[in-house]
Amino acid sequence: MKAIYSLILVVALILIAMIGAGAMGMGALFGVIIPYVAVLVFIVGFVVRVVQWGKTPVPFRIPTTCGQARKSLPMFKDKWNRLDNPGTKLGVVGRMFFEVFLFRSLFRNTKVELHQGPHIAYSSSKWLWIFALIFHYTFLVIFLRHMRFFTEPVPEIFVTMDHMDSMFQILSPALYLSSVLILVALGYLLLRRLLVPTVRYISQPADYFPLFLIIGIVISGMLMRYIGAFKTDLMPVKELAMGLVQFSPTVPEGIGTTFFVHLFLVSVLLIYFPFSKLMHLGGVFLSPTRNLPNDSREKHHENPWNYPVKFHSYQSYEDENRAVMVESGLPVEKPLEEKAEEASGDETPDENAEKKE
Amino acid sequence: MATPKPDVLYRNISHHPPELDWMDVPLEIKPGRYCYSADAASLEAVGMPNARSWNPTDEDWKLPANWKETFLEGMKDRLQRFRSFKVFMDICVRCGACADKCHFFIGSGDPKNMPVLRAELLRSVYRGEMTKAGQILGRMAGGRELNEKVLKEIWYYYYQCTECRRCSVYCPYGIDQAEITIIGRELLNLLGLQTEWIGKPVANCNRLGNHLGLPPHTFKDNIDFLCDDIEEATGIKPEPTFNKKGADILFITPSGDVFAEPGIFTCMGYLILFHYLQEEYGMDITWSTYASEGGNFGFFTSHEMMKKLNAKMYHEAERLGVKWILGGECGHMWRVLHQYMDTMNGPPEFLEVPVSPITGTRFDHAASTKMIHIVEFVADLIKHKKLPLDKSRNDHLKVTFHDSCNPSRGMGFLEEPRYVINNVCNHFYEMPEGTIKEQTFCCGAGSGLNPGENEELRMMGGLPRANAVKFVRDRKGVNTLANVCAIDRATLSASMEYWVPDVGVCGVHELLANALILPGEDRQTDLRGEPLPGKEDE
Repeated sequence: MKAIYSLILVVALILIAMIGAGAMGMGALFGVIIPYVAVLVFIVGFVVRVVQWGKTPVPFRIPTTCGQARKSLPMFKDKWNRLDNPGTKLGVVGRMFFEVFLFRSLFRNTKVELHQGPHIAYSSSKWLWIFALIFHYTFLVIFLRHMRFFTEPVPEIFVTMDHMDSMFQILSPALYLSSVLILVALGYLLLRRLLVPTVRYISQPADYFPLFLIIGIVISGMLMRYIGAFKTDLMPVKELAMGLVQFSPTVPEGIGTTFFVHLFLVSVLLIYFPFSKLMHLGGVFLSPTRNLPNDSREKHHENPWNYPVKFHSYQSYEDENRAVMVESGLPVEKPLEEKAEEASGDETPDENAEKKE
Repeated sequence: MATPKPDVLYRNISHHPPELDWMDVPLEIKPGRYCYSADAASLEAVGMPNARSWNPTDEDWKLPANWKETFLEGMKDRLQRFRSFKVFMDICVRCGACADKCHFFIGSGDPKNMPVLRAELLRSVYRGEMTKAGQILGRMAGGRELNEKVLKEIWYYYYQCTECRRCSVYCPYGIDQAEITIIGRELLNLLGLQTEWIGKPVANCNRLGNHLGLPPHTFKDNIDFLCDDIEEATGIKPEPTFNKKGADILFITPSGDVFAEPGIFTCMGYLILFHYLQEEYGMDITWSTYASEGGNFGFFTSHEMMKKLNAKMYHEAERLGVKWILGGECGHMWRVLHQYMDTMNGPPEFLEVPVSPITGTRFDHAASTKMIHIVEFVADLIKHKKLPLDKSRNDHLKVTFHDSCNPSRGMGFLEEPRYVINNVCNHFYEMPEGTIKEQTFCCGAGSGLNPGENEELRMMGGLPRANAVKFVRDRKGVNTLANVCAIDRATLSASMEYWVPDVGVCGVHELLANALILPGEDRQTDLRGEPLPGKEDE
């Protein structure tokens, strides 16, 4: 049901764009105003969220150590796992690099199986890692590839990227490898949510919605390029894009409805982004279990809100237990005679007995 | 309720969640899976709020009138004080990588024991009560209102998490359910929803210095008894000192080890080691009856309580005028010492950077806290050949090693214990990859989940570890599960008895003490009174 709601929502968004930009001809709204608002919301929202997180203190140094520590005896030096248990800031940069660019932690993924037994078996399970990696990198490639719409002359790097992405020269215009791969990856991510019982159980509309939305974006983009009825003339699209980045927007004639659907879905994604789980893009950099060196015994780490806490002092402890301590031969600070009365184990209220730190 | 037999329990595990949406599944607080509520006296003793008598299986939990406000205000406050909490509430994508990593999910099949869903129990409240989208869209945005059922559900499942951090190893964003559970329990404690097995030790530790509530003379007597036992086994009687001013080193270990089997054998191991080092090298080490607890159940209560109980260590070290502190084998104790102590109560300017008086090794990696782990201290002694060891005395033991959650995932303390074990035993076998080191499984009852009444839960949680032990028992004939944690020694003994009955549990220092050759000793048996290899007929 949650998946269906999300799908309906995306279909509704498509209809809005088709009716608004297509039937009602509100090209300026869908081609200029909404995209501008979307980019603004995305940038402001993203920055606000990250600043909010950044301003929240990190009271304790709590890295999850996933390998042998550096700060140990010299004899274990060669066993030190620099990337999974960094002891220095430089090491943290390395750990974060692997985490952000190669999804290190997801690479560890295993799968559990219950056999006739009792017997539990674990096996390596890299599918999620592979498809997540494919999804994110093809998304990046597609994003960069689109820069040719926003630049004039188009920098060499984007042209090269375009050539490489379409190097197989299947179909005409040539099929982008990235488009195929991202659809496969999105398909995997979606089917996994729908078919794996545990994953379906934990999935929310907020998990299906971005999947359908991005699938919608990819398909609308591909329709424009490959399918006759949806094909869109690139010249006016480029004109619109250049107008947007040069802050002198115009809506040229001859842009097909499919383009507005595509652009509207992208706008919705940008607006949705800062308020959603998609913010993991920013959050991954700020995770205290990953971005801190494991050096907390070596270096003092200050907690900005550390406050004094009263604790039960030795003095109070001895006052309450002096008689038995003396009797069993334990050394005491004050001899028994002086404090004979208090020493009989009376119940001093805790508050009074405690020492202010 | 009796815990089912192992094969029945195992057969009933299903990893297929029900069809019903998890928010609609009614809460059932099952006997055998929850811990009894804390007595009012335990909470009052440490000034915790809303102390009262209540029962988790009752409809009415006698919550204070403003409970909802208290909880939500407490949550907002912590969202502003802990970046971890804030980020972890915001960025989970529910990829499910953590889902089958939790020992409680693997062993119970209860979908709310998937770390992601355990977090969602609280996250849904965060979204529903504190974000605009959740307030307007409700469940469509994954939000829900905090009501009594939701609160009870959080309580039930946040005391089915051992804060072991295994999920956080696999999470692509490092989301650590331990951190969420720690803060979740802190919120529950604002409402007096503590468990007795945590509340009582906290009160005891505050007042008498240790979780068991052993008064000074009893603590000393217990150790004296262990010295008598050592004399019986070896012919040598250690004479430890207590509360000795001017000693070089203060030793602090979990009080569980001075009290119950099999921990006492580990404690005897410490005593034998210290005796040897005192006799041979004049090492001056003392025990404290005041700071007589290494463990810290405050860690399972609130950050403030953790700090309050931990403060005694430095306080006592300063009073006694020792140079540095040596800590015994314990799991969560070492997470607190390694990742929290210096920040909370340090740095202790009155102590010195730990230097081994025997080898001269300077432990620079503890330059700020001034506290080192006894296993690293001993590894250094062995490296410098300062301990005469007869490994063959452990030849009757085929040993495997259980990495405790906290030293492995909170310190990276993996090679040190293995080095010591390999130097005191001839037969050491690793459990399979994926169940050791940073991927180790929890014993099943850490973070204060080891009372009697939740036995079924503990056996479920202990299954993944037991399963890995069974693997090496069947293939290598392993009969001993070594570890460096007092809670492990207690909980694994029970779960091994249940799942893999012929495997015993011991601390690393028990193995060390068996192998350590004492001048003038007369040993026919190991510390447990079992004949040593080759001495069976004598």
